[in-house]
Amino acid sequence: MKKKIVSIMLTAAMTATLLAGCGGAAADTAAPAAADAAAPADEAAPADEAAPADEAAPADEAAPADDAAAADSAADTATASDEGKVLNIQCWNEEFKSRVTDHYPGYEADASDPNSGKIGDVTVKWIITPTDDNAYQNHLDEILPTNESAAADDKVDIFLVEADYALKYVNADPAVAMSMDDLGIAAADISDQYKYTQDIVTDTNGKLRGLSWQACSAGLIYNRDIAKEVLGTEEPEEVQEKVKDWATFNKTAEDLKKAGYFVESTVNDSYRVYSNNVSKPWVDGTTVQIDPNIEKWVEDSKALVDAKETNTYDLWSDDWNKGFYPEGKVFAYFGPAWLINFCMAADTEGSVANAGRWGLCVGPQSFYWGGTWICGATGTDNPTLVKDIMLTMTTDKAVLREIVEKDSDCVNSPSLLGELAADTSFGNKILGGQNPYKQLADGAEKVDMSKISDYDQGCNESFQAAMKDYFEGKVDYDKAVANFQTAVKEKYPELSF
Amino acid sequence: MDGGKKKSGSSNVVKYNKWGYIFLLPFMIVYAVFQLIPFVSTIYYSFFENYRSGLKQIGPNFIGMENYATLLSNADIWKYTENTFVMWILGFIPQIIVSLLLAAWFSDPSLRIKGQRFFKTVIYLPNLIMAAAFAMLFFTLFADSGPINSMLMQAGLISEPYKFMSNTGSARMLVGFMNFLMWFGNTTILLLAGMMGIDTSLFEAAEVDGATSNQIFWRITMPLLRPIFVFVLITSLIGGLQMFDVPQILTAGEGAPDRTTMTLIMFLNKHLFNKNYGMSGALSVILLIVTGILSFAVYKFTSNQND
Repeated sequence: MKKKIVSIMLTAAMTATLLAGCGGAAADTAAPAAADAAAPADEAAPADEAAPADEAAPADEAAPADDAAAADSAADTATASDEGKVLNIQCWNEEFKSRVTDHYPGYEADASDPNSGKIGDVTVKWIITPTDDNAYQNHLDEILPTNESAAADDKVDIFLVEADYALKYVNADPAVAMSMDDLGIAAADISDQYKYTQDIVTDTNGKLRGLSWQACSAGLIYNRDIAKEVLGTEEPEEVQEKVKDWATFNKTAEDLKKAGYFVESTVNDSYRVYSNNVSKPWVDGTTVQIDPNIEKWVEDSKALVDAKETNTYDLWSDDWNKGFYPEGKVFAYFGPAWLINFCMAADTEGSVANAGRWGLCVGPQSFYWGGTWICGATGTDNPTLVKDIMLTMTTDKAVLREIVEKDSDCVNSPSLLGELAADTSFGNKILGGQNPYKQLADGAEKVDMSKISDYDQGCNESFQAAMKDYFEGKVDYDKAVANFQTAVKEKYPELSF
Repeated sequence: MDGGKKKSGSSNVVKYNKWGYIFLLPFMIVYAVFQLIPFVSTIYYSFFENYRSGLKQIGPNFIGMENYATLLSNADIWKYTENTFVMWILGFIPQIIVSLLLAAWFSDPSLRIKGQRFFKTVIYLPNLIMAAAFAMLFFTLFADSGPINSMLMQAGLISEPYKFMSNTGSARMLVGFMNFLMWFGNTTILLLAGMMGIDTSLFEAAEVDGATSNQIFWRITMPLLRPIFVFVLITSLIGGLQMFDVPQILTAGEGAPDRTTMTLIMFLNKHLFNKNYGMSGALSVILLIVTGILSFAVYKFTSNQND
């Protein structure tokens, strides 16, 4: 009996520690969730008051633009009441929800259910499926093709996509994302947007099928202390001269190595910079091709790794993060505004970001990283509302300015970014008071995303994974390419080399 | 009288038999829904070309044995089979040695080990942790700048971090070591149960005859333990062939380096990226056949020796 008690207690102790971990986490997440829920409720009150005035304006504008609709319906309100009562939005995290909650005029959050809200008399439902293990895409694949025949309240009205797999939904046949023509959005409405953000969601026939409020152009984020010590300057314009192209960048890497620093945390940091500047897409027809600029990444990276000027860590790993602190001895990361603002441990005492010692310059080539696109789902029963949400969130300058001020997003509006870049009063604390919008706006202008294909996500991931063995000297280049080909064939049996 | 008793007895048996079947029913239903039907449909779908490309569903088109031909004609599957076996053996050999030793000690009354139950529980504990969590733990411990590397460097044994996950040998050893740690407790308990079942008078008789403890172990314990030993071997072999979670998490699904830690089930998992049910079905059937043959061979081999 006594012995039994011993073993039961041991097992209980272990399970208890396991559960204690869960309990702690649950309590932790519960607290902000409750706070989140409380916040919109507080804000709902002023929003209520503002709603009638704000909402009336776009509705009035919509009427003359949409001639047919106006002719059919006597009043503006009639158009809205003809449409569905439930607006279903498919997304993978809280980001877009918080943007709409905070900035869409007339949106009322439901205090009792964080995944629900109201716009006028339409109920907004947020359906969040995490991206882990491809779950979000699998979910979309399941429901989008049959969306038109779904029950009215279950129809998907808006879904969000990321750049890596946007074309999969944009090029789907039959279409699952509505084109701008179908939604009634004219080219003039969306002229003040960066071209690359539209390239990513343009189908093979040139039809635009999504919009983004973000322009995630990125640059080279350098450690000012290291720049001062090794390069003799910390000014963005002068540092840019030392990294202005890949040859110069690699030469600077040598100088940094001599002083005991890594030029970048891992070769995977610079991958996006090369892969955004390719001259041909990954897949032509059904043939996979490796672009010269990707080959150049392999060549440059191999040289850097062999010279111990960088490492082969995976992005987001604990090893990769080390450079966020001075002891990590990393000169630069490649990244956009969100990386600087949210990912570089700015709240942690002792980090480089906390001391405001990062700087931003354009870097060897322009690129972008991340961003969320809004698509109207084919079969939606709320096309007018979908159109209004897309336009308000991506083109309304007042809303975009609010987003910049409240959420530090880099927004998709050249004219607004231009104004911000010229605003000398604006400075980012993490960047030592530097105004990053000049570099970000310059970068966004130059990003060219016309060379993307439906298979980019799978190809990019497999290529980086396969090349890691080559960089570490485990296999030669040909074997690494062969491994890449095997991996791609597993993912896409229809492709060939 | 007698006849009447017999009659009522046999009708009672029939009556009770009915209840037996009724009590079996829930199991049979669950088995049919979750095992039998998927099993049959797996075999059925292995003859089809059936996958997704983006939002497009390709197939199902009947293509006969083409999936099997593609799989077997490619050298990769043999490489993954080899990987699986190497990693299984790396874990199984230390596991069986340590388990036999522990079971022999625990079952030997002359040793009088104190706190037996405590130790039996402790060695079983690693098995309670999810394999994924366990692999994640090792991934962090053996990372390039993880605690193991910093300890080795501080002790002056190495001058720069050793990349455990980037070398075939160390990556396979880690997988083997983790499987050993997770399963030796379970094996010990099984072997211990087998050893306790041996008649103690045999040991006593051997001792009286002057046998050494070595002789007792090899001449008495091992032969009488054979049925349990075969059971352990076969279950471990099947478990080994289905090795997935530990190497999957440890190498982020890539089987790095150079696909040398890619197991057969990880390979199968790769086909699920595009819901390639045809190819993964074919691979499952091949695995089933291999498992069947190996289990049968092990069983035959060991039971023949018994005669």
